[in-house]
Amino acid sequence: MGLDIRLPIGLMFSLFGVLLVVYGLISDKSIYQRSLGLNINLWWGIVLLVFGAVMLALGRRGTGTAKPADASSEGRKMMKETAARDADSDN
Amino acid sequence: MNLTAIDWIIMLVYFVFVLGIGLALKRYMKTSTDFFLSGRSIPAWITGLAFISANLGAQEVIGMGASGAKYGIATSHFYWVGAIPAMVFVGIFMMPFYYGSRARSVPEYLKLRFDEKTRGLNAISFAAMTIFSSGISMYAMGLLLQTLLGWDFSFSVLISAVIVLLYIFLGGLTSAIYNEVLQFFLIVLGFLPLVFLGLKDAGGWSGLQARLAVVATQQGFESGAWSHSWQFLDKPSSNPMGVEWFGMAMGLGFVLSFGYWCTDFLVVQRAMAANSMSAARRTPLIAAIPKMFFPALVILPGMIAIALTYQSGESGFALPKKPDGAFNYDLAIPMMLSHYFPSGILGIGLTALMASFMSGMAGNVTAFNTVWTYDIYQSYLKRGASDQHYLWMGRMATVFGIAISVAAAYVARGFNNIMDMLQLVFAFVNAPLFATFLLGMFWKRATGHGAFLGLLSGTIAAAIHHGLTLPQHAVAGVKGGWFGALHIYPSEMAQNFWTAIFAWSACFIVTILVSLLTRARDEKELTGLVYSLTDRPKEGHLAWYQRPATLGMIVLLMTLVLNIVFW
Repeated sequence: MGLDIRLPIGLMFSLFGVLLVVYGLISDKSIYQRSLGLNINLWWGIVLLVFGAVMLALGRRGTGTAKPADASSEGRKMMKETAARDADSDN
Repeated sequence: MNLTAIDWIIMLVYFVFVLGIGLALKRYMKTSTDFFLSGRSIPAWITGLAFISANLGAQEVIGMGASGAKYGIATSHFYWVGAIPAMVFVGIFMMPFYYGSRARSVPEYLKLRFDEKTRGLNAISFAAMTIFSSGISMYAMGLLLQTLLGWDFSFSVLISAVIVLLYIFLGGLTSAIYNEVLQFFLIVLGFLPLVFLGLKDAGGWSGLQARLAVVATQQGFESGAWSHSWQFLDKPSSNPMGVEWFGMAMGLGFVLSFGYWCTDFLVVQRAMAANSMSAARRTPLIAAIPKMFFPALVILPGMIAIALTYQSGESGFALPKKPDGAFNYDLAIPMMLSHYFPSGILGIGLTALMASFMSGMAGNVTAFNTVWTYDIYQSYLKRGASDQHYLWMGRMATVFGIAISVAAAYVARGFNNIMDMLQLVFAFVNAPLFATFLLGMFWKRATGHGAFLGLLSGTIAAAIHHGLTLPQHAVAGVKGGWFGALHIYPSEMAQNFWTAIFAWSACFIVTILVSLLTRARDEKELTGLVYSLTDRPKEGHLAWYQRPATLGMIVLLMTLVLNIVFW
């Protein structure tokens, strides 16, 4: 249940990785003068791709997720206590 | 700087994901507890990363880079002295009361511990402050994108405001926290290649040190002044910050840093959303671990920028100057991005900059809508309405909070002085806060009247101290000295540190005196709110790496090692 935060993170960085790698392969090499001759798009694209893939793999466990308040024990306690407190201060 | 299609695509992808997260979380926002507190269901590592991200606004990134160029590695004290110890303290000692009292906000804790007027004072000043600081940072960002990319000021302000508005409106605090985690990784992965390229250009760490020695000697300091964090703090005149170690440790390390990290609802709210007491306590401790390495990400680029300006590297990077001939330090990081990043990764770097801006703004907005709804609207305007009504109010507060911020951004653009004055007033209001919380949590005798009068006296003391002192070379006015300059500080930073020390001491003393003269509260009412009347949280069932005390020790030791390495 819920959305594991690592899934969107993994998806976004994998996408960024693919974009950078592809761009690194097709782009004109002269633009890499500014990055000191290093094809930074290709290399950093690979790093982002690996990071994204690891996040996706971890995210499939589904533990990194928020739950609705009534499905979390602290959330239920919170709702009960604040309701009681608000009723108290209204009197 | 020219953007190509690939950079725009990357930026667009990011916006789609940010909004997508808000949309996906919409169906979980059923009660106000979901919207304002994420249903208290979030694991510690997520709240921990959100804890740093919410604080990591664009102003922080730009400002730290600028200070890195201006003052060198000593800027790291804003992290190692000015953040880590306070983060450990709030996690270990204060979180049990914030989380355990089931207060929904920091002002509400003040209501439970002291009384209504103390809460009111704190809630109103905090709400005004968050909304205006969000406006000020929006202004800074709009200005930056204008200089850098030639974007229209209104376009960049409005587009970021609308995106932040949408994702918080849809998914509340959970959406803000999820996006903060996304932004955290984006900032780290977007800036790392910049540090790598800059360092490579400067000839590695040793090459950088050699160049920084030139920077230091040419500005009339000893050669190590930019590359040592403590060695030159013996007196104000031997370091570019113009501070000495005592003012630094007490003003920044104690009063300002504890005041911010331990009492500012913007960060504390993240920990309050955690799914258990131990997760709440671990939140700032987990945050502290990446935080201590952040100087490498935000301060180091500034140091590299200034080093290459004085002694150029193979790529010929140099800091631009303002019309008056002084270096434009604020452009250190943005100019490095545009100098070293070819299109493609440039899109990632700029998106990271935008992300830092949006995470800072979202932090302000979620803190504002909570304090507004619970501590102002529910307490003074409309009591006893249904939970659904307050959930609706939270969404409305998100809308008008952002609208006021946007207006503030335009005011800042038109009248820079008004915003400087406003920030000054906020500094006066904030400086004494930590004394109130310290006494409230650890001295059961402290009373509501004491807290309220203490806060007022602290603010007044700050204003008087500021009115009687001036930084060197400054004219009386916003910089101080409006009652006449009794004392001249070597730098503005030194003056700020000492203003904070005076405010804190005044609040501390007045709170104690007034408390002793007024009637104490019944001890039964203070259970769960004061240290001596609360059971210690049980940690026995936790693995060693989950225990807040153990984690806190590890964090402090690591920070100590960093301080020694860069002594």
